[in-house]
This record gives sequence, C-alpha cells and structure tokens, in this order.
Amino acid sequence: MNTEKETPVYVAPQWKLVWWKFRKHKLALVSGIVILLIYLVALFVEILAPFLPDQTNSKYLYAPPQSLHFVDEQGNWGLYVYGYTSKIDPVALRRTFEIDSSVKIPVGLLVEGVPYKLFNLIPGNRHLLAPLDPDQPMYLLGADRLGRDVLSRLIVGTRVSMSIGLVGVLLSLVLGILLGGLSGYYGGNIDNLIQRVIEFLRSIPSIPLWMGLSAALPLDWDPLRVYFAITVILSLIGWTGLARVVRGRFLSLREEDFVMAARLDGASEMRIILGHMLPAFTSHIIAAITLAIPGMILSETALSFLGLGLREPVVSWGVLLQNAQDIRSIATAPWLLIPALAVVVSVLALNFLGDGLRDAADPYAR
Amino acid sequence: MLQYILRRALLMIPTLIVTSLVAYIIIELPPGDFATSYVANLAAQGDMASQETARVIREQYGLDQPATVRYLKWMQGILTQGNFGIAFELRQPVSSFIWERVWLTLALSLGSILITWALAFPIGIYSAVKQYSIGDYFFTFLGFIGIAVPGFLLALVLMYVQFKYLGQTSGGLFSSEFLTAPWSWDKVLDLLQHIWLPVIILAVGGTAELIRIMRANLLDELRKPYVITARAKGLPEWRVLLKYPVRLALNPFVSTIGWTLPFLVSGSIILSVVMNLPTTGPMLLRALQVQDMYLAGALILILSVLTIIGTLLSDILLAWLDPRIRYQ
Repeated sequence: MNTEKETPVYVAPQWKLVWWKFRKHKLALVSGIVILLIYLVALFVEILAPFLPDQTNSKYLYAPPQSLHFVDEQGNWGLYVYGYTSKIDPVALRRTFEIDSSVKIPVGLLVEGVPYKLFNLIPGNRHLLAPLDPDQPMYLLGADRLGRDVLSRLIVGTRVSMSIGLVGVLLSLVLGILLGGLSGYYGGNIDNLIQRVIEFLRSIPSIPLWMGLSAALPLDWDPLRVYFAITVILSLIGWTGLARVVRGRFLSLREEDFVMAARLDGASEMRIILGHMLPAFTSHIIAAITLAIPGMILSETALSFLGLGLREPVVSWGVLLQNAQDIRSIATAPWLLIPALAVVVSVLALNFLGDGLRDAADPYAR
Repeated sequence: MLQYILRRALLMIPTLIVTSLVAYIIIELPPGDFATSYVANLAAQGDMASQETARVIREQYGLDQPATVRYLKWMQGILTQGNFGIAFELRQPVSSFIWERVWLTLALSLGSILITWALAFPIGIYSAVKQYSIGDYFFTFLGFIGIAVPGFLLALVLMYVQFKYLGQTSGGLFSSEFLTAPWSWDKVLDLLQHIWLPVIILAVGGTAELIRIMRANLLDELRKPYVITARAKGLPEWRVLLKYPVRLALNPFVSTIGWTLPFLVSGSIILSVVMNLPTTGPMLLRALQVQDMYLAGALILILSVLTIIGTLLSDILLAWLDPRIRYQ
C-alpha cells in the first residue's frame, strides 16, 4: 500500500475531502461553472445589456433576430450585423422584416451608450456589445411586440429570476432549520406536530394555493414589495423540504458520540446545536439549498407567466414568457420563447450541481 | 388492516378542517370584496355606480356579516346541501357549473398517473438491469430534461411545433361540434382524441422522477443475495426479476401517489391555461382575477380535498402492499 499517497486523505480537513469528491463529478463541476456565469450575468446586468429593457422602438415591432458577423463579403474583419428591410403586408396589415445584407450596422465592444449606475453606485455608460450608432437597430435575439430588445430583457430578467430563488431559499432556510431542528432535536410531541404541518402543506396542491395568495396582493403595491411578497409566498411551502433534511440529520447526529461528549461536558443546548451539530451537516444544507433553488425559479416563472406573480415593469423570465402565452404570438415571433431556454438551462445546471454537492456532502460515505 | 384504515381516516379530519380554513382565508384575503371590484369595473366601463349599488350587492350576498359567521355559513352550506356559495360573475350557484370541470381535471390527473406508471415501470426496470448502457444514459438524460422543463413550457414548445409543421392549432378538449353537446359515447371518444397530448405532457415530469426512484431502488435490490439464490436455482431471468426485486421496488410507485397527485393537479392548472383546456385551471385564474372569491375558494377547496383523499387511498394501498407499514 502506498502510504505516502494515502496520508493526505487522513489529515485533510473536511472541506478539502468534500472538494476532492465533488471534483470527480464532472457534470456537477461544469454545471457549477454555468451557474457561476449566470450569477455573474445577474451581477453585471447594466454592462452586459446592450439597451435599456424598457426602451421601445415602434419601427421594429417583432423584428426577427440578427446574427453577429465577424467577416464581411469582401473578407474584411469587423463586428457588424445586417440591417432590416421592412414591408407592410397588404392583407394582414402587419409589418414583415427581412434581413438586408446590403446594410451593415457596425457593432463595437464597450461602446458608449445609455448611462447607468452599476450596483446603484458606480456611474458608467459603456455597454459590452452595442451598435456604434445608438439609433441603429441591433436585435441579436429579436424584438418583442413593443420593439424592445429581447436580449437586453433576458439579461435584465436574469437578476430578478435568479435572485428570487436565492432570497426565497434563504427565507425557507431560516424556517427549515428552525422548525426542522426543533423537530429533530426534541422529537416527541413537537416532532409530531411539525411533521403533521409539513405533511399537510405537502398534501395540498401548491399552485392553486400560490395563485390564491398572490391574487390577494394589492395591485397598487410597488414592484419591490410584490417581489418580497412573492418570495414569502413561495417559501411558505418551500421550507418543508429543507426542514425534512435538517430533521433527518439531527435525528442521526443526536446519537453520535461527540454530541454525548459535549452534553456530558455541560455544554448548553444552544452550544451543542450551533457549535457541534450544525457544522457537521453544513455541507448537506448547502446541497439541499442548491436543490431547492430550481423549484423556486420554476414557481416564480409559473406565477409570473399566469400574470399573478411579478408584473411589468419588473422584468423576470416569467414576465418575459407572458408575452409568449398564446399560439399566435409564438407563431409570429418564436424567439419570444428564448427565456424558456434560460429557465431550463439554469434549472438543469442547479439540479446537476445540487446532485453533485449532495454526493460530495458526505465525504466519508463510499 | 381495518384498524389502520380507521386510524388513517380519522387523522384526515383535522387536515380537512385546516384545508377548509386555508381555502376560506384565501377567499377573505384580497382587499375589498366582489362589490368593490364590481363597482370599479362598472366605473371603468364608464357606468356610474354608486356606493349604494355596492351596499345592495353586499347585503344580497351577505358580505356585510363578520368573517367567522360567513365561514360557518359557507361550511354549513357545503356540508348540508353541497352549496359552495354564489359565483358572483355568473350569478349562479358555484356547484351548478363547476363539477364537469372538476371531473375533467381529475380525468387529466388520473390519466397522467396511469401514463406515468406505464412509462416509468418498464423504463425504470430497463435502466436498472442494463445499468450504464446507452439506453440507460439516454433515459437518464431524458429524465433530467423532464425534471427541468415544466409542463407549461413543454406545452408551449409542442404547440409551436404543431403549428409550424402540422399547420394546426390545438387547444381545448373537444371538437367544436361537441363543445356544448350533452355527454354521449361520441363525445367521450372525441375527448379521448384530444386529451392524450396534455396527459402525456403532464406525465413527463413525474415519469422522470419515478424512473430515477425505480432505478435506484431496483439497483439496491438486485445486489441482494436472494436474487443470486433465485438465479442459482434456475429460474428464468425475467421471472427472477419480476417475482422478487421488482415487487419490492414497486413500493415507491404506490407511496408516491401522495406527492404525485398535488404535483399533477398543480401542473394541470397551468397547463390548462396554456392549452385552453376546459378544466378548473382557467376558471380558477379568471375567478382570482375578478375576485369571484367563492368560486375560487370552492375550486381550491375541492382540488385540495380530492388530493387529500387520493393521498389517503395511496396510503391504504401501500399498507396493503407492504404489511410492515400497518404495524408501525
């Protein structure tokens, strides 16, 4: 046996073991990077979005996506997109667009455009990718019914959609740890009661309940209040999953020797729970959180899609998908379904990441 | 067994009471009531509606009494006469027009459960027996997609594909000539021709989950010594599989009805809005938008109660399948 190679495993701290095990899970690793990128997008929305999300343009309603070109027909390098020619359909009285390859709209990196304040603090006006002439159209993912840029709206929506998952999970986490902890640590009647509550919450269909609750939000609330109300509504049921994980861990850890030792040492209950037991299952909690976020994202999308969640002018993926609700608008502008792709990618990546973390959370298990 | 069923049924009573309370709280939550939203609607259309009109409506529907009184009256009406209150918008008793939609919702959900099982059962066994084969990877991949893509998004995409390549718009559960027709064999056949797409869309998410559970459970069982014994005594392979390990791995199928049902009912509501199905979904959405609160509350209550009964049935079925549960 090669002792020199084996030794690090025995002296490595727990987080290092977790990392080693997680590293082996390639899919989870890739997903982790994807999630990181998505959150970076959410962080730097103002720089990444070419235009403001509510900037309308009546000349380009439902303009189809353009593609970005690097080399033109003469072989010259340069970033540009082709312009549009539009004509009005005499029958449907609708404007139809065609990409006109004779018109070149030059596009640049870090172009000066609409001024903004990054994180509400740092003023700036440069956008990562934008047309050099701000009046020229650039719709890399097409335009919606008001001529707004779908790409910009998708990027801006990332912030709300991805953060509502985080905030909602944090709320559920507080409830889940508190109630799951009580349930698992004390057992007996308290455990029974909390378990019944969890069973009850899980046995009623959640969407009708959420619909009822969010329909009750007053229409004149400002977007921020609606946002928080929605997260509270979502975590009202979301905490049950986390509480179950926490309870399970408490039940199994309660019998461990080190807990008994701490108790014999006269440590207070708070100290036993927070100082001894909690660190032993932090990794499990992180995995459970990661697995809970996609549910929140999907729920927000569903509620906003039905028009009961967030509303314009707030931009989230669900709000964007509301425009793609009926077959007519999807038929004229299939690119309105692109936000669905963003939802699916982030939910898939979070699921893979969570699975990997869950497997790695217990580095001693084989 | 009888004792178990009785105990389990008794436990259901407090759950039902709490459910009715939750449904009632939802009815009461929106600021204002139907009278205010009715008057506001009239005003928006340019009609002059006075506070007097609002007062008359309130009196007519008993909205001026305290909340507890209205709750008790509501419950009394439901329990004694099956009367769920008045749907304000249609000015008809709720119970006179919702049941057809409730049955269609139920048919949709039950159909999806059957499809879920019919798909997940063989695929789960296949994935476990041929672990790490190409087929296994394929289904695992499909399963992850199924979990990540909510039904209503799948419906949107499928409707687009159908429109683009088949040139037809789907939606609804009946052909136009059967829409208002009374129930007949032809109408049922027509329903079956339309319902399969939403049923399959609804079933995808649950199937994905169940395949994973079935595969994991069966993998655990397959490594146990009794399987080797069965094989050693010369049983044909399919018999070895079906007679012992599959039977044990079946438990999750039954025990998951408990969470599959709420999940399916939830899913069917959004799906119905997207595909314009005449189930409870669009009706609930509309009722919530116009604050037709007795209708909304009745729908939420009925859906929840049916789900709870479904969970009870699955628990009983599970206890019948697995004797260990009865004696806990």
